[in-house]
Amino acid sequence: MSTKASEHEERPWFLAHHFDTVGQQMSSAKLGMWLFACTEVLMFSGLFLAYFILRQLYPEMVLTASEELNKTAGGFNTIVLLTSSFTMALGVRAAQTNNNKALERNLLITIGCAIAFMVVKYFEYTAKIEHGLLPGAWYSALEHGYMLPKYSRVFYGVYFTMTGLHGVHVLVGIGVLSWIYIRARRREFSSENYVAVENVGIYWHIVDLVWIFLFPLLYLVK
Amino acid sequence: MSDDSKKSPQADKSASKSDKSASTPEPSYLTAKRGLMSWLVTIDHKRIGLMYLTATMFFFLVAGLLAITLRTELFTGQQDFMSAATYNKVFTLHGAIMVFLFIIPSVPAAMGNFVLPLMLGAKDVAFPKLNLLSFYIYCIAAVMLILTLVLGSLDTGWTFYTPYSKTTGSAVIMATMGAFVAGFSSILTGINFVVTTHKMRAPGMTWNRMPLMVWALYATALIQVMATPVLAITLFLLVIERTLSIGIFDPAMGGDPVLYQHFFWFYSHPAVYIMILPGFGIISELITVHSRKHIFGYRAIAMSSVAIAVISFVVWGHHMFVSGQSELAGIVFSFLTFVVAVPTAIKVFSWVATLYGGSIRYTTPMWYALVFLWTFTIGGLTGVYLGTLSIDVHLHDTYFVVAHFHYVMVGGTVVAFLGGLFHWWPKMFGRMYNETLGKLSAILVFIGFNATFMTQFFLGHQGMPRRYYAYLPEYEALHQVSTIGSWILAAGLFLVLFTLVQAIKSGERASSNPWNAISLEWQTASPPIEHNFHTTPTVTGSPYDFPEIDKSGKH
Repeated sequence: MSTKASEHEERPWFLAHHFDTVGQQMSSAKLGMWLFACTEVLMFSGLFLAYFILRQLYPEMVLTASEELNKTAGGFNTIVLLTSSFTMALGVRAAQTNNNKALERNLLITIGCAIAFMVVKYFEYTAKIEHGLLPGAWYSALEHGYMLPKYSRVFYGVYFTMTGLHGVHVLVGIGVLSWIYIRARRREFSSENYVAVENVGIYWHIVDLVWIFLFPLLYLVK
Repeated sequence: MSDDSKKSPQADKSASKSDKSASTPEPSYLTAKRGLMSWLVTIDHKRIGLMYLTATMFFFLVAGLLAITLRTELFTGQQDFMSAATYNKVFTLHGAIMVFLFIIPSVPAAMGNFVLPLMLGAKDVAFPKLNLLSFYIYCIAAVMLILTLVLGSLDTGWTFYTPYSKTTGSAVIMATMGAFVAGFSSILTGINFVVTTHKMRAPGMTWNRMPLMVWALYATALIQVMATPVLAITLFLLVIERTLSIGIFDPAMGGDPVLYQHFFWFYSHPAVYIMILPGFGIISELITVHSRKHIFGYRAIAMSSVAIAVISFVVWGHHMFVSGQSELAGIVFSFLTFVVAVPTAIKVFSWVATLYGGSIRYTTPMWYALVFLWTFTIGGLTGVYLGTLSIDVHLHDTYFVVAHFHYVMVGGTVVAFLGGLFHWWPKMFGRMYNETLGKLSAILVFIGFNATFMTQFFLGHQGMPRRYYAYLPEYEALHQVSTIGSWILAAGLFLVLFTLVQAIKSGERASSNPWNAISLEWQTASPPIEHNFHTTPTVTGSPYDFPEIDKSGKH
């Protein structure tokens, strides 16, 4: 019934041809994004499982090898990502309340945090590469004077795979956040039309959440 | 036709509209826009469905020809025209193409794309651009899998088991990346279909008024979304294992090759339900429409689809009864595997009960539905044999397994897919096919299929191992029956192709509702207009309340 009434009303410019109402479009986009978030969690869950199996097989090795990771850098990055999640949430709120200035500002801070995260990660990776703390075939820590237990190379393999895949997600996040920022500059978002901001927010929180688990599991092994 | 649509509780208000369309015919989706570009950049779900259909049929042909080559090599016990290495490559490619490029996208992405929005009374799927993107991702995956041929081929079988897949030729990386990319296409289609089913239903289309095809596609989409990411990470780890040699799956470096099998089957067992569930959906439609009787046990069939989707996630260990998992795990997985038989049997019994007392019309789709009941039931029951721990130790990696999954995949999904093609062909192209040729193809497929694979149950029981290019002389007679059967099956499939193409070229024009069905896809023109319906239909009842039934007071 409501669909027929809406056909005679003015259709907003952002309402796609195949939807009847803005509400339908927004709830579809949100449901789609949550499903995508599920797939991300499931994909990382495979890596977490591999990690736990490794840890159960060789608890001593994981403990010793983990000591070589830089806890300060990891902790700093955790704070950076948590801050960026907070500013992202503020940005979504700003979009919902038609506060375009605040939306742009918060998006910029979020992008800045994401870049800071990657810069720290770059220095961490560089240090690991210099010391030969590398996955499998490239592992040469013993030649660099480390006294690490057998199979340590598998731990660094898992470390690089997990943080590497997470880093790719951060890079993608920088991309989509910039895209949203450009659209915000064009004043495309309003209290009627903010679902794109919210969806990018969901993505960013997922990326953050994965790190919240990666940090203690990899850096803070006890 | 307008008489029937007036009665249709699924499309209350469309009767006056279809009169209007008769006076001022609106161009169909096939003719609304012209030129190659109008297809390549289309976001119309019907056109994307047809593009998927063309692509999947092409790969069905390619992988089918590979299968015929394999069967012909097996005609005698000695080496005929293929070396052992070539044989390994050909069966790997046959499996990989059939699974990743044909059977997974065939029903959901090709047929589902076409019928799902129509059945829901929607103008399109929820994310039309994503839908097109998913098609192009599929094309990239196809190119990658084909490239393995150039890169010196692949001989691991479609499962890419470690540690062998770590040491064999380099094409493994390209092949696993291809399957990885195909997985993304599948995930995007899954997300699209779940959201479409939730959000795009026409007014009055409650969950219990959805056609059972929609329920099946919905359950399939849930598995695609939940299971495929695990396959993605598994194949990703395998690629990392090969390139960086991180050692997770390598016992020499402290890893565990059985972990790969766990990961792989955690996806790939649910994936076999991605393959068969949409087939169940098609059969539910065919049986009820062509026997003019309300489906028996609507809710039971709908819920059993969802139940199968859920249980499918907890049975993966039955692929590893002899891989060294613990005995307790084996017993638990064996029991859980039996549990799958319950919702599956509910479906089969409901279909048979629908036929009972119905006014069966022996159309080609109905013939295929009857073939399905026969072949799928055998496939399903032999699955219970193989799920039995002690029997599986004897039958594991024999032709019995090959016969079982071909009875489910070919005898189930492919037969349902063919029946569905004949059923919806008039809707897709507005043309009727030749019934005599259609029925002849069903007979050929039935005879050819059973000759090919029934014999393999006996071969497997006698101990013929799978994946061998040569065998002992005592197996020769049964192998020859099987090979001749495969030629008959191929003839039947080519006849299907001929019949369908002939229908497009010179078939009679189809009316908008040639089967007198009730569900919404039949309440619009054949072929449908670009935006499916002139006005969004309003639904007031079940999709299976045929005018012939319940004349004397409904329940």
